[in-house]
Amino acid sequence: MDERADAIVIGAGPAGLAAGIRLAQAGLSTIVLERHWLWGGLNSFYKLGGRNYDVGLHALTNAAPKSARKLPLPRVMRQLRIPLEALELGEQLGSRTVFPSVSLDFSNDFDELASQVRAKFPACAEAFDKLAIELALSPHGVEGGPASTRTELLQRLGDELLVDMLMHPLLWYGSPTAHDVSWSLFVVLWKSIYEEGFARPRGGVRPLLKLLTGRLREVGGTLRLKSGVQRVLHDDGRTEGVLLDDGTVLRAPLVLSSAGYVETLRMLGGTFAERAATEPVGTMTFVESCSHLSQSAPSLGFDKTITFWNHSERGIYAPSTPAPFDARSGVLCIPENYRGQDPEPEGVLRTTVLSNAAVWEDLDGEAYGAQKEAAYQASLAAVSTFAPDPRPHVIAKDVFTPRTITHFTSKRAGAVYGIPHKVDDAASGVQGLHIIGTDNGFLGIVGAMVGGAGVAAFVAAGAQGQEATP
Amino acid sequence: MTNEDIVQAIKDIIITIAPDEEVAGLKLDVSLRDQIELDSMDFLDIVMELRKRYGVNVPEEDYKELASLQSCVDYLAPHLADKELVAH
Repeated sequence: MDERADAIVIGAGPAGLAAGIRLAQAGLSTIVLERHWLWGGLNSFYKLGGRNYDVGLHALTNAAPKSARKLPLPRVMRQLRIPLEALELGEQLGSRTVFPSVSLDFSNDFDELASQVRAKFPACAEAFDKLAIELALSPHGVEGGPASTRTELLQRLGDELLVDMLMHPLLWYGSPTAHDVSWSLFVVLWKSIYEEGFARPRGGVRPLLKLLTGRLREVGGTLRLKSGVQRVLHDDGRTEGVLLDDGTVLRAPLVLSSAGYVETLRMLGGTFAERAATEPVGTMTFVESCSHLSQSAPSLGFDKTITFWNHSERGIYAPSTPAPFDARSGVLCIPENYRGQDPEPEGVLRTTVLSNAAVWEDLDGEAYGAQKEAAYQASLAAVSTFAPDPRPHVIAKDVFTPRTITHFTSKRAGAVYGIPHKVDDAASGVQGLHIIGTDNGFLGIVGAMVGGAGVAAFVAAGAQGQEATP
Repeated sequence: MTNEDIVQAIKDIIITIAPDEEVAGLKLDVSLRDQIELDSMDFLDIVMELRKRYGVNVPEEDYKELASLQSCVDYLAPHLADKELVAH
């Protein structure tokens, strides 16, 4: 007899775990399935050579105190019934956008960005203040809106360089599309990054995931690792459950998938899979690195939390095609530069640069390794143009390519920010099957949790007359 | 369940979903949203808890009946008449 549950969640990243918690909290028997042996999805962790590595998390966006109850982070933690204090969030020390001729500093105090703009783009000061007010009054989720933020900002600010510089961190931290982003996504990014800001849970992504998996267990949900989903079973337009890679069938009338929209269509098979083949895939993908340094990064002179660099007159945010990587534009993260972090004997430095998936897919073993090393060296060389040269201090490192991302997250083409057009209504075309996670239109870890918990609440509140689980 | 029990049941649920709110002084006939900070997502949690704890299904078109403690009592009384208050 097939195993039964009220609800199945595909993927144990922040979206899937949050969804699983909220479903189980509602009294539904819930199984969260994860293909890999570790949870976390795009935000995971592992050990290599006795050292800890985090994947994904540079920063938690949407930093906000508990008193800011309506803001996404305090709100979603309340929904999951995890005290915000448990995250032990440390604010960023300060971040910077570096272009060849000018840089803009920003922090969790919006006034810092405003005064930087006033000082460096005096002609735009008034227009910037107007824009800031417009965005402050705009709600977190706006629907529809213009397709091009670049056009909108240029109209309001009238300075291409300022538009490039303001957009640069936002594109880097969440745009699925090259050069530009939709206005609705831009508003979310602006608020999450400039108005609310960056923070880091003490100890990084591990304690956050531990809180989520612990809470899932506490409310009776089950996390099953090494359980890849082969097929989402459906009949007559209704979800019936899933077929796992090992042939196990799990029956459930509700399935929430964080595997990605196109990937989920493929799991449906038949005409859905045919439709999947014609859906556009996200093109933005990256080469990431994590280096361990012989001493703490601040002691070597790295004083910023996140640096978004750009070594070209105009901002670059596009696939590196035809090259395997493009280090003219990237992100440097120093995890030690958050308040309240425990001192580490070794420093950690993380970089991300532009890439494209196709080139990496075609590389064989030796060439793959060589390109990985080349991308790594180019990233650190780029860093050394605006920060101390980290290269003499590196004692261990690991590099992730688009291929790594696809392997560990199922996202085709290593598209970490998902498909270009978001599935805002979480609908899949099959009753009882809902899309959560990146392709649901929310961004980052906080966005993933907000989306997962939100969709779960709607389906759980509406889950009428579920069959009792034997 | 008596009407007082129903009020207590709702307050218990609110304490679960918003532990930092003060429920002791909540007025019966004033909308809950005017007295404490609850958003639409919190109301979904109330609906989910009602189902889980008391087996009551509140369909979407009736969510508005949960606006105040008094309207909760009016709406839920027939559904909860033969149920016992769950201790929390």
